[in-house]
Amino acid sequence: MPEVLKAPLVVEFPFTRSVGPVQSAFLTGLRERVVLGVRTSDGRTLVPPVEYDPVTAEELRDLVEVAPTGTVTTWAWNHAPRRDQPLDTPFAWALVRLDGADTALLHALDAPGPDAVHTGMRVRVRWAGERTGAITDIACFEPYDDSPKDSGPDDGSSAEPAHHTGRFEDPITGIVAAARLDYTYSPGRAQTAYINALAERRNVGERCPSCRKVYVPPRGACPTCGVATLEQVEVGPSGTVTTFCIVNIKAKNLDIEVPYVYAHIALDGADLALHARIGGIPYDQVRMGLRVEPVWTQGSRFPDHYRPTGEPDADYDTYRELL
Amino acid sequence: MNREIAVVAFAQTDHRRTSEELSEVEMLMPVLHEVLAQTGLKTADIGFTCSGSSDYLAGRAFSFTLALDGVGAWPPISESHVEMDGAWALYEAWTKLLTGDADTALVYSYGKSSPGPLRDVLTRQLDPYYVAPLWPDSVALAALQAQALIDAGDTDEPALAAVAARSRTDASANSHAQLRGSVPHGGYVVRPLRTGDCPPIGDGAAAVILAAGERARELCDRPAWIRGIDHRIEAHSLGVRDLTDSPSARLAAERAGAFERPVDTAELHAAFTSQEIVLRKALKLDDGVRVNPSGGALAANPVMAAGLIRIGEAAARVHRGESDRALAHATSGPCLQQNLVAVLEGDPR
Repeated sequence: MPEVLKAPLVVEFPFTRSVGPVQSAFLTGLRERVVLGVRTSDGRTLVPPVEYDPVTAEELRDLVEVAPTGTVTTWAWNHAPRRDQPLDTPFAWALVRLDGADTALLHALDAPGPDAVHTGMRVRVRWAGERTGAITDIACFEPYDDSPKDSGPDDGSSAEPAHHTGRFEDPITGIVAAARLDYTYSPGRAQTAYINALAERRNVGERCPSCRKVYVPPRGACPTCGVATLEQVEVGPSGTVTTFCIVNIKAKNLDIEVPYVYAHIALDGADLALHARIGGIPYDQVRMGLRVEPVWTQGSRFPDHYRPTGEPDADYDTYRELL
Repeated sequence: MNREIAVVAFAQTDHRRTSEELSEVEMLMPVLHEVLAQTGLKTADIGFTCSGSSDYLAGRAFSFTLALDGVGAWPPISESHVEMDGAWALYEAWTKLLTGDADTALVYSYGKSSPGPLRDVLTRQLDPYYVAPLWPDSVALAALQAQALIDAGDTDEPALAAVAARSRTDASANSHAQLRGSVPHGGYVVRPLRTGDCPPIGDGAAAVILAAGERARELCDRPAWIRGIDHRIEAHSLGVRDLTDSPSARLAAERAGAFERPVDTAELHAAFTSQEIVLRKALKLDDGVRVNPSGGALAANPVMAAGLIRIGEAAARVHRGESDRALAHATSGPCLQQNLVAVLEGDPR
């Protein structure tokens, strides 16, 4: 069996997400170098804050300001940072309970090595130079030896975090959660054979050993019988338009004049219609039963479009089962 | 309606680092055929079909619809899908059979992790506001839990290594497993977790058939009766949870009846050695319980199928008469966030 085809596949998505009142206050606060938490009815302070109590599901709106200093509750040394992680040099992942908070925040901790990190160690926020209202406004945490020269809310000794209105100038209302994942896509055995044949300007389907139907393009299984289709069958090159639609909207990055016709085409010898664009005929003259053949452009691995063969139209009964 | 429902057949692929020569349906089809052959059922005989998978593994939308080609969905079938491990698809099928709407169900799940960077792919299931933008990968999150266990005195690195060694040794008898026999414990991936503490990344699929009442006895010599099944979830924020414990696993086990009588076997979906420590405690499994005789997820962890495989492996031991009462566990999310527990029993002998 020839090697299966492989190609890079990049999935990128800039999810635009709205935030609720508590998340808005927290993320806007980060932009202003203020860390906010939220109080629960039983007196705990959750940082990062959420809009509903994780235990009681009660609505939470009572914001408080906590310190940018805290204590590591657990950690893990990451000697090989991955793309998009907060630091590109080795760092510790850490859950940090900020002073005044009862829960811990996950972030990176910049330390020289694993020997410099331990549960219970004191750390403080290192702010990002440019802040936009996102969790990454905290660049990371860094070790902090609690020297007494910093008094006030930073010293971790203040008993109760102070109430905060959560109101800021120009609050953020949403975030863009950009993501990118890189795959190596392989279409598997059946579709590799189909695509390789196309490169030789042949259309190859596969026959179901049970119902004898020929599928083009083959996907390796008969969707009716649920069994593997293994017998290769050459089909076409000509076929019959079984149904069609007229496209009036120009697709982005597609250099095709509208209107054009997109059709289902039953290739001769196939029991399933594939779809392709129809060219070489005015769009309003395309019809069911029209006989068509593929048009290959120079160097192309697949037909650019199908055009009329000039044969008489196929009789309806010859393709009615393929509609 | 109070119906007895059993797992009557189980099949799985050989789990491998890559199955790139096969499409998802090509990988899945043989296990579908195998469970049908075990029972003598045809697709048309199945009352309900439910599957579990995730589009993020393949990087394509609605990938499960193509996998349906392997089922043979004509004439039309009653079908559903969960974007979760197949264990949750089994839960849905079990519920369907409880209603009396169907007597048999086909449950399958599959995962091809090989096309993408799995550690990064799994970050996309995290809280999108506070956590996902930092891209903490699946090993990093498990490592935070492992360190919390070490700090609490619940385990240490040698104990974790022993879990790994026992699992891979047990997997020697499992021809489907990806990692078998002696496996070097290796260097740190994310400290304190070493290579040996982490599951292999691989592709695989699994399928089971459920049947109700007398139908189960017709289809299987010794059905694995589902005495109880339940699933629970904890707060999504890691910093809110006590990572050394799994209250959701414990509650699910309690509701599934796991604590009513001792079990002899436990198939735990503990992808990391440290997670077995947490689960043994939460599920009150003492040394008398045979844990993961298949080798568990440390020997083969096809994402979205590994949980269903735990139920299948537990059921298969009941079928073979090697277990009379087994616990099966599946998990999803970081650090055992969601947990499903099923209790399976064979008829008295």
